[in-house]
Order: sequence, then C-alpha cells, then structure tokens
Amino acid sequence: MDYPFVLGVILLGALVLYALGGGADFGGGVWDLFAGGPTAEKQRELIATAIGPIWEANHVWLILVIVLLFSCFPLAFAAIATALHIPLTLMLIGIVLRGAAFTFRTYDRNDARTQRRWSRLFAIASVITPVMFGVCVGAVLSGRIRVDRLSGDVRTDFVSEWLAPFPFALGLFALALFAYLAAVYLTVEAQTPDLRRAFRSRALAAAIATGVLAWACFFLARAGAPIMHSGLAGRDWSLAFQVAVGGVALAALAALWTERYPLARVLAVAQVTLVVLGWGFAQYPFLIEPDLTIHNAAAHPAVLRLVTIALGIGAILLLPSLAFLYRLFKSPREAA
Amino acid sequence: MTDLLAARLDMALSLGFHILFAAAGIAMPLFMAVSEWRWLRTRDPADLELTRRWMKGTAILFAVGAVSGTVLSFELGLLWPRFMQWAGPVIGMPFSLEGFAFFLEAIFIGIYLYGWDKVPPLVHWASGVVVAVSGAVSGIFVVCANAWMNTPTGFRIVDGQVVDVDPIAAMLNPASFQQTLHMTIAAYLAIAFAAMGIHAWAILRGSTARIHRRAIEILLPIAAVTALLQPLSGDLSAKQVAKWQPSKFAAMEGHWETERGAALVIGGIPDQKSETTRWAIRIPKLLSVLAFGDPNAEVRGLKDIPRDQRPPVAIPHFAFQTMVGCGLALVATGLLGVFLVWRRRVLGDTRAYLKLLVLVAPLGLVAIEAGWIVTEVGRQPWIVYGVMRTADAVTPMPGIVVPLVAIAAIYLLLGLVVFQLLRRQVFGPGKDGD
Repeated sequence: MDYPFVLGVILLGALVLYALGGGADFGGGVWDLFAGGPTAEKQRELIATAIGPIWEANHVWLILVIVLLFSCFPLAFAAIATALHIPLTLMLIGIVLRGAAFTFRTYDRNDARTQRRWSRLFAIASVITPVMFGVCVGAVLSGRIRVDRLSGDVRTDFVSEWLAPFPFALGLFALALFAYLAAVYLTVEAQTPDLRRAFRSRALAAAIATGVLAWACFFLARAGAPIMHSGLAGRDWSLAFQVAVGGVALAALAALWTERYPLARVLAVAQVTLVVLGWGFAQYPFLIEPDLTIHNAAAHPAVLRLVTIALGIGAILLLPSLAFLYRLFKSPREAA
Repeated sequence: MTDLLAARLDMALSLGFHILFAAAGIAMPLFMAVSEWRWLRTRDPADLELTRRWMKGTAILFAVGAVSGTVLSFELGLLWPRFMQWAGPVIGMPFSLEGFAFFLEAIFIGIYLYGWDKVPPLVHWASGVVVAVSGAVSGIFVVCANAWMNTPTGFRIVDGQVVDVDPIAAMLNPASFQQTLHMTIAAYLAIAFAAMGIHAWAILRGSTARIHRRAIEILLPIAAVTALLQPLSGDLSAKQVAKWQPSKFAAMEGHWETERGAALVIGGIPDQKSETTRWAIRIPKLLSVLAFGDPNAEVRGLKDIPRDQRPPVAIPHFAFQTMVGCGLALVATGLLGVFLVWRRRVLGDTRAYLKLLVLVAPLGLVAIEAGWIVTEVGRQPWIVYGVMRTADAVTPMPGIVVPLVAIAAIYLLLGLVVFQLLRRQVFGPGKDGD
C-alpha cells in the first residue's frame, strides 16, 4: 500500500474537518466582534451556545494534524516549524487566548463589564488565529521555504517567506471563509426570525468578501506562489474544479437569499470542503513546494503502517463519539 | 541570554505551567464522577452541588490545560526542530494514541458540561467516567514519549541515519512503566490534597455548607491511598533511573564517588568545582539499597561521568529532595487523617487537622514540579539520553527570548485569572446555602 498517500489523504481529511468545525468556531468569534443592532446581545448568546459544547473537540483536529505531520512527515514538520516560527507563535497565542477567554467568560462574573472584557479578547483572538493559519498555508505554498532533503536544513530568513502579499491575502481569505461558514451555521441555529435575519445578512456579506478575496488570492498567486498557480491554471481538472466551487458558492448564496437555511448550510459545508480539497490537489504531491513531497518527506514505512492501523482503530472509537456529540447539540430538533 | 537557554526556559515554563492543569484534568474528572455517583445513589442535594462545583472547576482547568497542551505540541517543533526531525516518527506512536484519548476527553467533557438536560442521568455520569479514563490514558501516552527521551529504544543509528525504527518498542521503553505510574499517582495525589486544602479553608472561614465536608470525605481516602502508594512507585522509579540513567541518578543524589555500599546523601550543597556535596547528612549504605536493593551494590558517581556529559548537579539534587520531602509530608498527613477517622473524629470539626490540610495543600503540586525538574534537568546535557544533545536540537531561529517573555506574561495572566475564578467557584454562593 502507498502509505504516504494514504496518510496524506487522512491529513487532508483532518484539515477539512478542522475547517468545518474549528474554523466555524473562530468564525463565531468574528461575529462576536461584529455583533450589532438591536439583537447584539442575543447574537453573542447564540454564538456562545453554539460553540460551547463542541469547540474543544473541534480543536483536537488541529492537534491530530500536528501529530500526524511530525510522526509521518517529520522533515516537513521541522521545516515548517523552523521557517514559520513567528506566524505559528502568533497563531498559538491566538489559540491560547481564544480558548481561555471563552471559558473565562462562561465562568466569570455575569456583570456587563467583565463579560465585555472577555468577549473582546475572545473575539480578537478569533480573528488573529485564522489569519495566521492562512498566512502559514500561504507561505508553504509560496515555494520560498527551501529544504535540503538530506540534512533537513532549512534555508530561511524567518520573515520573507510569510511577510508577503500572497500569504496575507490567504490569511484574510481563511478569515472570511470561516466567518461565512459560521454565519450560515448560525442562521440554522437561531431560534427567532430577527436573529436569523441578522446572521443571514452577515452570511451574505461574508460570502461576497470570500469571493473577492478568493480572486485576490488567485491573482496574487501568480507572483506569490508561482508553482501552485501554474498548477491550478494548467492542470486539466482545475477548470472543472473551479467551476464546481463557483457553482456551489452561487447555489449557497441563492439558498441564503431565498431563506432556505438548512440547504444553505449543506452547500456551505460542501463549498468549504471543496476549497480545502482544492488546496490539497493544488499542492499534491508537495508538502512544501518545491522540495518536500509526501513521498520524499515520509517517515520509515514501519512507522507509517503502524500509525495507519492506530488511526483506523482510533476512528472506531472516535467517529461514533463525535457523531453522538453533534447529534446531541446540533440536531434539527435542537435548531427548531 | 543565549537562544539555547531561552528555548530551554521557554520549554520549562510551558511544561511547568501545563503539567498542573494536566494533573487537574486527570484527577478532577474522577472526583467529579465519584461525587455524581453518590448523588445518583443518595439524591442528596449536597452531592449534586459538589459535583457541579467540581465540574465548573474542571471546565476551567481543562480548557487552560487543552490550550497550554497545544502550545507544547507546537513548541516541540518551534524550539527543537532538529530533535523532532528524526525523533518525531520514533515517538509518533504514543502521541498519535494520545491524540485519540484527548479527542475522546474533549468530546465527552462537552457532553458532560452541557448535557445535564439532554442525556439520561446514567449516560451523563458515564460521560464523566469517559473523561476521567481518557484523561488518565492520554497523560500516560505523553509520559511514555518523555520516558523515551530518558531511555531511548526502538531504533538504531547507522552512519548518522535512523534505521530499524520500532515505534512499539520505543513507546514501551524501559522507563515507561515507572514514569507513567509515578506521574499518574502524582496527579491524583496532588490534586486531591490541593482540593482538600481549598475545602478545609472554606470550613475554617466559617462556611457551614455541607459540600465542603462531603468533599473531604470523598477526597481523604483517595489522598491517603495514593500518598501511601507513591513512595513504592518512587522506589521503582529510583531503581530504574539508577540502572538506566546513572548520571541523572548520581546528580539527584549528589553522589560523586563510584563506590560499593554508597551512603544516601540528604541535604547538602553539591559543589561542581571540588566535586563534593558539602554539609550533608549521610546514611551509610542506604543509597546502594535504594538503587539496587543490596547494601553492598556499586553505585556510579558523577566523577565517573565525563564532565561534558554531567547534568548541573545542584538543581536536580535540590529538586529531588524537595519532591521527597513534600511527598513524605503528604504521607504523614494522609495517615493522620485515616487515624483520626478510625478514632471516629469528624474531620470537618477537627480544626487543627483542617489547618494542616490548608498548610500541605500546595505540596503535591510543588512535588510534581520538582519531580519534572529532576527528570528534565537531570537528563541534561542530553535531549535524548546518550544520543542527542539539547544544544544540537535547538532551532536556528534567533531572538527566542521574545516568545519566552510573551508566553511568561500570558501564562502569568492566565494563572491569576484561574486562581480568581476557582476561588469564586468554591467560595461563591451556592444552592446549598453557603
């Protein structure tokens, strides 16, 4: 069996689930920041209710990605951690402050000042983290992180690889995408028509921002990530793929416009899934363009085999538990 | 400050902070599940109130533990990329399994915290049990990975390349059993005493709420049993370290000469220049007994270890003495509590004992920190004992002092807030009429 390929697919799958779950939790924080109008406090409450029971589980996908990366593709892990030390540290600070502030807000005094203080911190951290995540992805795609495959030495000045237009455009795109996803989820979970309308208009605004930023990323990729850009534009599947993403995005917009929220949620999930898969396809077979691929950066076959088996056994415990969690807190009955 | 020192301090700070929350994440769910089980059996509102308060405490501690654990998993690469580059796959097995255990923990803590009205009482209680079990299991896996750094097995290095990797052998290395046992017991022990101290403090301050007495009733047996088990587990650990990590053993014992019938060195100040430990109490032959179970066994001294392979001696020696001292104080406190109960004294009314509980409350946590200092500083200058030096593992990234200061500031803030919130949860008004 081609274990590096299998593990690459699992890695990508974990990233899809992290985007769908953890990404939307960060998006929720964005809407906490932009809560406004007569229902502002109700919006914040709905966001807290929506992410409270699930954010910690959603967060573990990221841990799984990190662990898989260093267990199975250690060269890539070491190179990313070396070259992207600064944005990764900023992302970590965001992760720490987001989780801590959210929990502190739940269990601290209920007066307005205390709540607002934690709310603000929670929201700002929720903005920083996805931006930095996108910046790191952009830097990995840029082709500027060069790695000596034999020694593992990384050629980097620690800054120029990520402090560039393309990574930041991708960071903003990730932020807009997660905010859009969160707003669509919240239209379904809202209990009252005014709340539903509030998140509908936010979802529509975020959808437009996502579309604009997607074009900006594609435009900037020509100079900022040339290898991936030629890959996206040149490969024969890519046009069909872009049409598919665009079609789903438009369909989601239409569903939002006509207030078919459950349908919009399905389409938004499909859209985000396609975007993350598209990222995977665009850089396949590279982990870090242009030096590390899933094959030349892979760990010893014995390790890959065991990790695959462990993942299979783990999934038997994990997936039903996760389904149980989501059924309890996100079932249609809950939303009605 | 050199980048290496900054990186080591950054790692030490991150570990030292996380371990307290990790220990709470292991132990608190067990206490909470025991208390909820009592509520299911007795329907006494005090049991429910106690369960809920412990649950809120657990929620706060677990969240901070989860995010500070995330910091650590990134820092392995951010600070030590040249270590992870080859060691990642070797120790990937326990980390992958830990990932799943942590996943289950995070899923079921969500159900536990928010599912009181959504699942039947028994399912709710069972969710708490899953949190308790997966918390303990996930801690065990992570400590296995650390044990591998102390006694690396499951691979060979040929011409600078890592070959014949056996992840299972690496996970089940010679230190795994002793280290995981010692740490798991430590978590229950330290958190039980810390929690008892807080509840004792509440009673001493005049709270008449029954939950505090109930808490001590539940915690004292756990605290006493783990306090008695821990020296036995420590003895296994000491023998393991003596056999497999002689430089760490010699450093933590302040032992310089290789000799038969070695004396146990208590206290004293190790001096690396003159290669002696001054002003110490020496108990003849005891070190040989503790190390190998034989009064005449030969114990390697630091002089026998090349200078460039010796750990700094004073830090592990002081830390080791601190750990043992704290542990013995807790054994005595636990035994005294059992004695008082046996003499039919009500602990909640025995003010002197409550004061003692407050006094010893931090000692378990101090012992955990001290124990990790022994393990980590005692392994220096190696990051992987005998295989890779810490200095060779550090990132080429300059200015590591900046993230060190940032993390220190953030953790200081988090620590203060958590302290404040826990105080509110324990002393705040509750349904039981505080």
